[in-house]
Amino acid sequence: MAALLDELPRFFSYYNVIFLAQAFAYTAGLSLVGCGLGFVAGFGLAVLRQERVMRFAPVRILALLYVELFRRIPFLVLLMVVFFGFQLAGADVPMFVVAATTVALSAAAFSAENVRAGLEAVHRNQWDAAETLNMGGLRALRLVVLPQAWRIIIPPSMTYAVGLVKATSIASQIGVAELTFAAKILNQKGFSPALCFGTILVLYFVLCWSLNRFAAHLEVRLAPSRSR
Amino acid sequence: MPHLVLDSLSADYGRDPVLSDVGLSVERGEIVSIIGPSGSGKSTLLRVLVGLLRPRAGTVAVAGTPVDYGSDAALRKVRERFAIVFQQYNLFQNMTALRNVTVAPTVVKGRPAGEVEAEARALLAKVGLSHRVEAYPDELSGGQQQRVAIARALALKPDILLLDEVTSALDPELVSEVLDTIRLLAADGMTMLIVSHEMAFVREISSKVVFMADGRVVETGPPAQIFDAPQTERCADFVRRILRH
Repeated sequence: MAALLDELPRFFSYYNVIFLAQAFAYTAGLSLVGCGLGFVAGFGLAVLRQERVMRFAPVRILALLYVELFRRIPFLVLLMVVFFGFQLAGADVPMFVVAATTVALSAAAFSAENVRAGLEAVHRNQWDAAETLNMGGLRALRLVVLPQAWRIIIPPSMTYAVGLVKATSIASQIGVAELTFAAKILNQKGFSPALCFGTILVLYFVLCWSLNRFAAHLEVRLAPSRSR
Repeated sequence: MPHLVLDSLSADYGRDPVLSDVGLSVERGEIVSIIGPSGSGKSTLLRVLVGLLRPRAGTVAVAGTPVDYGSDAALRKVRERFAIVFQQYNLFQNMTALRNVTVAPTVVKGRPAGEVEAEARALLAKVGLSHRVEAYPDELSGGQQQRVAIARALALKPDILLLDEVTSALDPELVSEVLDTIRLLAADGMTMLIVSHEMAFVREISSKVVFMADGRVVETGPPAQIFDAPQTERCADFVRRILRH
């Protein structure tokens, strides 16, 4: 313990703090961009699977296929596929793009299921009533169904997002300088593992905790208990 | 010419036929009630009329013009003429009573909000709910919710009001408030097609009663005929069983 305390000033040197801050920003950025894009895409997929909105069956089936396929691919495998996919295509893109694409592809499939669960939890008779009032699928979705679905969509989506923040550590496998990668580097430089991984533990916690606060805020805004 | 004419209408849920060869006509200002055992296709008939279920065969004509249920544009026009009130009210749970009534006229028809709101308040007053306009559905009793649903249907100024077992989900003491609201509409000359199990009410309010069984129209006639002198064995049997208690 005393040894750890001795090590502290050296560990939190100017250079190391900057290095960790960059890694933190990288993990946060990767999570936000990946999850954000993934959620938007997943939301679209879930909507396209709704017969009331998308009448054209082949589109519904394609959306279903995407979701069922991508939910079943392990994150690391998907990361490698995207990595080599970009290489094969001859696209020389930054590692951040590779990692964010992977997160987004995976998040889209899982978000689609969370959104679908929410939409389907709203009773069919709400769609019926909207339809007989000539609202049309998208308008019924926006005015009637979604306001009632958010409170079912948000909690599992946020649980998933927090899980994904943690999964971004896998991106260290392809040399993306995110938090876990930073901890490994510092550890290799001779700092004690307890200090390296203890620090990123706190940083991961801060990131996930902020995400939970954001979720709570969203729930209050989008799904007040009134919109039952 | 009758306002609404159904001819040889058939529909099915997948393989199960639910309506076979249904024929029926409703004059303007007339109140036609459909009775029959559960599963006889009464509610399905109303769902077909508003386009929630596509008919497989037969025709529906409104004011002499046949309706093409395969075309979205035609369907939209039909829904402007037919308003339906459901057994389970189907009010939008995320909206107040007032918003439930104003949402379609403002958003779908694009009418000015102020004008629509004044009309909606008048309609809610008419159904006896002027004091509950800001309440959400889950704050209202079943009878109150059903009256909001009737106001919502009327807000679109339909030619024909379709009422699908509107009192079946209500506690007995709440039934009369909804029936009174329907009587009020009848007094205004509203054309209505009513599916109901309230036989005394059907007898009192209808100009014509249609008895359905197994997806078919078995007998049609004035209430006096259906209830006192049915011409078919099925109808006589049904009426006898219903009126016994």
